[in-house]
Amino acid sequence: MTALTAFPTSTRTPRVDSRGGRKAGAPYLFLAPALILFVLFLLAPILYSAYLSLRRVKVSGLGLGVGSRHEVWAGLSNYVRSMTDPDFLPSVYRVLAYGMIVVPTMLGLALLMALLLDAGRTRVGTFARTAIFLPYAVPAVVASLLWGFLYLPRVSPITDLLTSVGLTPPDLLSDSWVLYAVANIAVWGGTGFNMIVLYTALRSIPTDLFEAARLDGASDIQIAWRIKIPIVLPSLIMTFVFSLIATLQVFAEPMTLRPLSNTISTTWTPLMKVYRDAFTRNDVYSAAATSVVIALATFVVSFGFLKLVGNRAFNQED
Amino acid sequence: MRKTFLPLAGVLTAALMMTTACSGSDDKGSAGGSTTKPGEKVELTYWTWAPNMDKVVEGWNTAHPDIHVTVNKQDGGDPAVTKLLTAIKAGSGAPDVMQAEYQKIPTLVSANAVTDISKEAGSLKSKFPDSAWNAVTLGSEALYGVPQDSGPMMFYYRSDVFQKLGLDGPKTWDDYAADARKIHAANKKQYLGTFSANDPGWFAGLSQQAGASWWGINGDTWSVAINEPNTQKVANYWGGLVQEGVVDNKPMYTPEWNAALNDGTQVGWVSSVWGPGVLDGSAKNTKGKWKAALMPQWDAASPANGNWGGSATSVTSQSKHKAEAAQFIAWLNTDPAGIQALVTQANVYPASVDSSAALTSPPAFFADQSDFYSIAAESAKITKPFTYGPNVNVAYSSYNDAFGKAAQSKKAADFPAALATMQQTTIDDMKNTGFKVSG
Repeated sequence: MTALTAFPTSTRTPRVDSRGGRKAGAPYLFLAPALILFVLFLLAPILYSAYLSLRRVKVSGLGLGVGSRHEVWAGLSNYVRSMTDPDFLPSVYRVLAYGMIVVPTMLGLALLMALLLDAGRTRVGTFARTAIFLPYAVPAVVASLLWGFLYLPRVSPITDLLTSVGLTPPDLLSDSWVLYAVANIAVWGGTGFNMIVLYTALRSIPTDLFEAARLDGASDIQIAWRIKIPIVLPSLIMTFVFSLIATLQVFAEPMTLRPLSNTISTTWTPLMKVYRDAFTRNDVYSAAATSVVIALATFVVSFGFLKLVGNRAFNQED
Repeated sequence: MRKTFLPLAGVLTAALMMTTACSGSDDKGSAGGSTTKPGEKVELTYWTWAPNMDKVVEGWNTAHPDIHVTVNKQDGGDPAVTKLLTAIKAGSGAPDVMQAEYQKIPTLVSANAVTDISKEAGSLKSKFPDSAWNAVTLGSEALYGVPQDSGPMMFYYRSDVFQKLGLDGPKTWDDYAADARKIHAANKKQYLGTFSANDPGWFAGLSQQAGASWWGINGDTWSVAINEPNTQKVANYWGGLVQEGVVDNKPMYTPEWNAALNDGTQVGWVSSVWGPGVLDGSAKNTKGKWKAALMPQWDAASPANGNWGGSATSVTSQSKHKAEAAQFIAWLNTDPAGIQALVTQANVYPASVDSSAALTSPPAFFADQSDFYSIAAESAKITKPFTYGPNVNVAYSSYNDAFGKAAQSKKAADFPAALATMQQTTIDDMKNTGFKVSG
């Protein structure tokens, strides 16, 4: 809330005739709604989390009497504890492996479908586009429940199908398959959105470029590879960054599948660990510390990547 | 119907007022009591997740025009506690009265979320079995709630499958293991049960039956005894059966498990007195083929039991009407009208020792088994004492992870190892928070 005091007061802003006051105040006035919402619902919670991450509860004795619980400064001990938790690093590696499956598969499929839809411009109706996009409209929890039913051997039609043709179906929620099982849900749910982004970028390419290429004897594949993909590269980079962030924050799918099997632990991903600490263990302080670390990591990874590719995604004029 | 409540409730109110008057003489108007002036109508809010509780409370509201209770339905035990702790931290927003599972009470007391009502309701001790009363006093002079329902464990099995193989219901855990082997040998797809890494309360109940009490209070020091011989016996037993492959290793309460109960793949369930309600939902096709029994025993000569589930009704520390809230709680859990309503409307198994009058006909799923409630009463009577600690949630989530791995590996040696992990995690957490702890 202290940030608000730096904000120009209303006596200054609307005054028209006071020596350039209008010039200085007007932008702030127009920015005010966004700024207030930003401060109240983003900045303040972030600062509060950072504050909480430096605090801890200390109880004395049995901890049962009134006043036996105190909040005290913890320094960086919450950070040390959360980083040295034996469950933390495995959850990070797991998410990295998960990302290496999800991001390339999802973006590859999205690009392929966008190119196919774009190539067939008039022949393919909106039906295909809607059908591909539809899974994105299904909430992750619902999608995970649906897939959960398909994964469980006894209730799964997939198992029935494989058994009837004489194959031994794998237990998709066993240790060796569960990562792919979760990744599959994310790919299923995310491909549609990325496809639409890429498709929209493809549609905005002037058609005379293709016509010229076609006159020069270029095939559809050559057109896609040499013209379309380079032009939509900024969109591709943007979807990549979004997917990267979504990967680091994977939560709903494994959380929903967890009670169905023995293989997904309560700290399967870093965010699940945050949830467990805050709401199962009632330790919001160490949960806040882990969230700050995740937020910083996300920040570094996404901006690091953008730097690496030279801001091509957001400055399309370059 | 409702009018018949009036005289009863009146007598109870009078009795309560007398006990408060007697025991309250040394009280000198301290924290307890009410801030209400005479003649003013008191409004109480009540968080609960038991079904139809609003209908149960209607009976109270009709009989007590001066104390009105509003039920606020909650999602379940865990979310309700999370919400309450948030409200306590925020300083406002908590209800007056709150349903609290027994294992959550130390956590709530430690967070100063529930208040001591020993002066208002301490006289109800004789109405409850010792194990239930111990759970709401934590072995101290204080009283943090009045027991509402209890969940003595019971064993359910498919009597038709047992009959076909010429087996009797298991009396001991050795019988259970032998039956599990025979059933699985006769039909490779059938199991007498499953080891569920998702249900720490279930495993705690089994350990309680074996004689464990995972926490203890010794002066001003907590003790933690999860990795102790009785619990090790239970872990080794189930680890052995899982490794042999004669019981399943998949969690309960999954679509798959429901299907397995219904299609005759799971032919037994180590459960609790509330099991019939679950079977009614998931095993409809097999209705009439099941039998309820006492839990298999470690020592048939001295039968024992554990609890899985059960809750108390507590007054929160934010309530401004402690006396009235305690009065309502006493009615709900000890008045014959309250108990009757709990049984018929909310389908709970009351903790009160005077509940037999309300428990006449067996639950619908066991309509043919007229002795259902006498088995339940016997199960409740032999329940061993068990103390819950202030970080049950930590121990329980550690159970999920450690036993999840063990069950998945199907190696008997991993089960006692999982216990050691649970013990270590629980103690580390308590030490880190500053509790005095030994063990």
